Amino acid sequence: MSTVAAAEPLSFQDLILTLHHYWSDQGCAILQPYDIEVGAGTLHPATVLRALGKKPWKAAYVQPSRRPGDGRYGENPNRLQHYYQYQVILKPNPDNLQELYLNSLRAIGIDPSLHDIRFVEDDWENPTVGAWGLGWEVWCDGMEVTQFTYFQGVGGIEVDVVSGELTYGLERLAMYVQGVDNVYDLKFNKEGLTYGEVFLENERQQSEANFHGYDVAALKRRFEDMEREAAHFLTMKGPQGQPLVLAAYDQVLKASHLFNLMDARGAIAVAERQSYIGRIRDLCKACALAQVEHERATA
Amino acid sequence: MSQLLLEIFSEEIPARMQPGAARDLERMASDRLKAAGLTWDALTTYAGPRRLTLVIDGLPAATPDRNEELKGPKTSAPAQALEGFLRKTGLTQDQLVERDGVWFAQISSKGRATTEVVAESVDDIIRHFPWPKSMRWGTGTLRWVRPIKRILALFDGAVIPFEVDGIPSGDVTEGHRFMGAGQPFAVKDFADYRTKLERNFVLLDAADRKLRILEGARAVCAAKGLALVDDDGLLDEVSGLAEWPTPILGDMDPQFLALPPEVVQLSMKVHQKYFAVREPGKDGLAPHFVVVANVEATDGGAALAAGNAKVLSARLSDAEFFWTEDQKVGFDAWNAKLKDVTFHAKLGTLAERVDRIAALAREIAPLVGADPAQAEQAARLSKADLASGMVGEFPELQGIMGGYYARLAGQPDAVADAIRDHYKPQGPGDTVPTAPVTVAVAMAEKLDTLVGFFAIDEKPTGSKDPYALRRAALGVIRLVLENGVRMPLQGMTFVAGEYLSGMRNLEKLPNYDRASVVRKAVLGKEEVEADRNRIAAMLDGADGADWQHGALDYQAGLTQLGWDVLAFFADRLTVLLRDKGQRHDLVAAVFALGDDDLVRIVRRVEALAAFLATDDGANLLAGYKRAAQLLKAEEKKGPLPEGAVATGLPNQPAEETALAFAAAAAASAVDAALEAEDFAAAMTALARLRAPVDAFFTAVMVNSDVAEERENRLKLLGQVRNVMNRVADFGQIAG
Repeated sequence: MSTVAAAEPLSFQDLILTLHHYWSDQGCAILQPYDIEVGAGTLHPATVLRALGKKPWKAAYVQPSRRPGDGRYGENPNRLQHYYQYQVILKPNPDNLQELYLNSLRAIGIDPSLHDIRFVEDDWENPTVGAWGLGWEVWCDGMEVTQFTYFQGVGGIEVDVVSGELTYGLERLAMYVQGVDNVYDLKFNKEGLTYGEVFLENERQQSEANFHGYDVAALKRRFEDMEREAAHFLTMKGPQGQPLVLAAYDQVLKASHLFNLMDARGAIAVAERQSYIGRIRDLCKACALAQVEHERATA
Repeated sequence: MSQLLLEIFSEEIPARMQPGAARDLERMASDRLKAAGLTWDALTTYAGPRRLTLVIDGLPAATPDRNEELKGPKTSAPAQALEGFLRKTGLTQDQLVERDGVWFAQISSKGRATTEVVAESVDDIIRHFPWPKSMRWGTGTLRWVRPIKRILALFDGAVIPFEVDGIPSGDVTEGHRFMGAGQPFAVKDFADYRTKLERNFVLLDAADRKLRILEGARAVCAAKGLALVDDDGLLDEVSGLAEWPTPILGDMDPQFLALPPEVVQLSMKVHQKYFAVREPGKDGLAPHFVVVANVEATDGGAALAAGNAKVLSARLSDAEFFWTEDQKVGFDAWNAKLKDVTFHAKLGTLAERVDRIAALAREIAPLVGADPAQAEQAARLSKADLASGMVGEFPELQGIMGGYYARLAGQPDAVADAIRDHYKPQGPGDTVPTAPVTVAVAMAEKLDTLVGFFAIDEKPTGSKDPYALRRAALGVIRLVLENGVRMPLQGMTFVAGEYLSGMRNLEKLPNYDRASVVRKAVLGKEEVEADRNRIAAMLDGADGADWQHGALDYQAGLTQLGWDVLAFFADRLTVLLRDKGQRHDLVAAVFALGDDDLVRIVRRVEALAAFLATDDGANLLAGYKRAAQLLKAEEKKGPLPEGAVATGLPNQPAEETALAFAAAAAASAVDAALEAEDFAAAMTALARLRAPVDAFFTAVMVNSDVAEERENRLKLLGQVRNVMNRVADFGQIAG
């Protein structure tokens, strides 16, 4: 089935490289994935923390996203407990962000004269980091391929300057571009390597560990350790008198991932859920406040 | 006279907000221009995916000149009064005119240019537009639903120059994002604007977009011998998602037709905004769908249809997964899960709610002709599907899935139907169930909701009704009336309160007669209070007296709750009857009797309305008012005389004797008619009072100098009032 105009659809890695080139040309810093497990590209400090304050910022990066509860042992063609998001943040959002975005789709071989591209209302919210924004899910022929958000708040604080955030679901987009029904059949590169050869075993092993392996009591202890550590870093000062927001935020991310693991193990009762989310959000808010106050004090 | 054209062009506006935005723009523009003194011939607004448009024809070039005379203080008034008037008018004393000892100010101002008023108004409208949600963008401070890209403002063909937070006005707009010229273009006036937009693949008017969708969708279906499944809500939504809506027929794997059609249709509608398709003359759905694209694709839509079909397959695979997995789980496991689901923090878990509804449904069953065991069984299973995978994914399918799963699990149709329909009626337009088991469960479900939220003091206030209690009350009323259910509503409310509190152990009280308590709940505050005191006195000193006192207090509380809920039902019934053209004072007059049988109440209201429409009725009402007024005046002086009316007194006028006999005859006739619930007969009995009442007031002076005569006549009028009040509280009737 031919679903795109390009003679030879992009491989998974070429899709990433194409987006890197494209956003690099738009003046973005091309960053590498953050080295802590996160549930979404937004959580990378290059988005969450940089969206605060007034300083302009442009960055793009790939972020592996871990959603332990979404694991399906490699048996579901669409769901993964580890997948990739392509994240772009432009602060302040340029006036022509929609056009820039549509051109990025053209760059990867999606022709809007053949396909139905739509901006469908979706108000984005991430309660664990107290972030929210207005924007759309972008649909390509009825499939959500990107989350397009104008950040309005982060860490419970209304932003000074609005950032435009684009989050592309890379596997979905690649499946669409390559006309593939099963994520494991994706061409990873032009040498015949498939996505399954790279990641299927990872899905099988990690799903079992996520659902049956982790020691819940240990997860809970580590969560509490991280929570304490985050609070502790926020009381410390760096060499220039700054709060240790980056170190504290790392602990928040770790706590957040530990919560997701507990959730996947079925260890979070309905009544506890909000309380855990609230604890993570409070810490994130404290990080955001410390950063904003410091920036204001030194401005 | 000139034309104003305004367009606020932005990034994609959520479809659900567009109709409201068109109305708000119309209202805000009208208000502001009217306030400036402007008038016009026609004002129209349009809302679409990327633009709000306003066009006004027949506007003058300027607001009218103002010439008026303001009256000031008297010349003799203190100096402060004059100073105040000068401040208010901005004039000096020598500019005032004196006439007949009063200061007058002549105020005249030149009209303002309409363009100036418009520029100010647009700025104000943009800054105060009531979007349900709005946002900032970039480094600006302006709020709009999504970033504003451009403002077009033309008056009489010329740009009205202004800017809003750095966005300048102009004469330029643009067409379709992908199919248009790709360049912004200038327009001269509305006709030019509309034509150029259409040439650039933008249909300005939502009505035109809907028509294009409907005609296009029907055509692509008809071309394959298929028919579209109409869905007005979906049509409204998709007409806000595309500037050039283009329906395309796609194919669905026929294996998915094994799913319940509601599941397929909802999955298509909610997630993908596709229309369902059927084969003419056949039940169920056809293995196709209609997607409304925003482009006429250069390949005729082949790639687009294939892409959409693939997405739909993935969606329906999910639904199929839930459908098969749910069947492996079943009702017992779901009901067990409901123990962990909070219904409301103060009203316990869903499992507890199910227990209450089941017990209540069992009690209601005999009143609606249902088998109590079946009603209880259906209620026990009614909320289980909330724990199913399918309803977790599609909350709209609550009840419907429970019905399917119950049938698959071998439950009788009456039970499965009751599970499916027990949320009904969900609004004034929804159908009312008639199957007895369904009626019992539907009523129990709503009574538990009403009593629960009233008990924790979460009553609706003003426009706020977060738990949809008005809808629940209307639902009960419609279930009762449309099925002719004879039920002591307040008694049943009391019973619902008992289950809510788990206080069925009231029955452990000595001599506790539950049926009598339920009946008494209807009687009145005093009776219940007296009863309570009587039992309390009996209990004093007995073993466990404290607990029993507590229980009695609780019972009184439940009775009060019953009154509160009944008053709420009375309000809702009044609204319902008023909507059907019934006078609300008649409803109040009947409710004042303290009845809680809605069927009887409505029949009585109807009979009363018919009676008052007759000559006898209208005249008798006048007579009643006259009697009531007299009695009221006398009551102020002292207690009214009581006792039997005497006849055959010396010098007693014939009219007095005649009324006395007529009142006595009416009393027994009314009692017999009410006993038989024959309200027409009760009215006929009252009608016979009309002539004697009229004759009495014409011939007899009530306030006779002879004390015995006066007393007897007051007794007689009291008797007339009493007999009439047994039919309705005529004092509440306007007239």
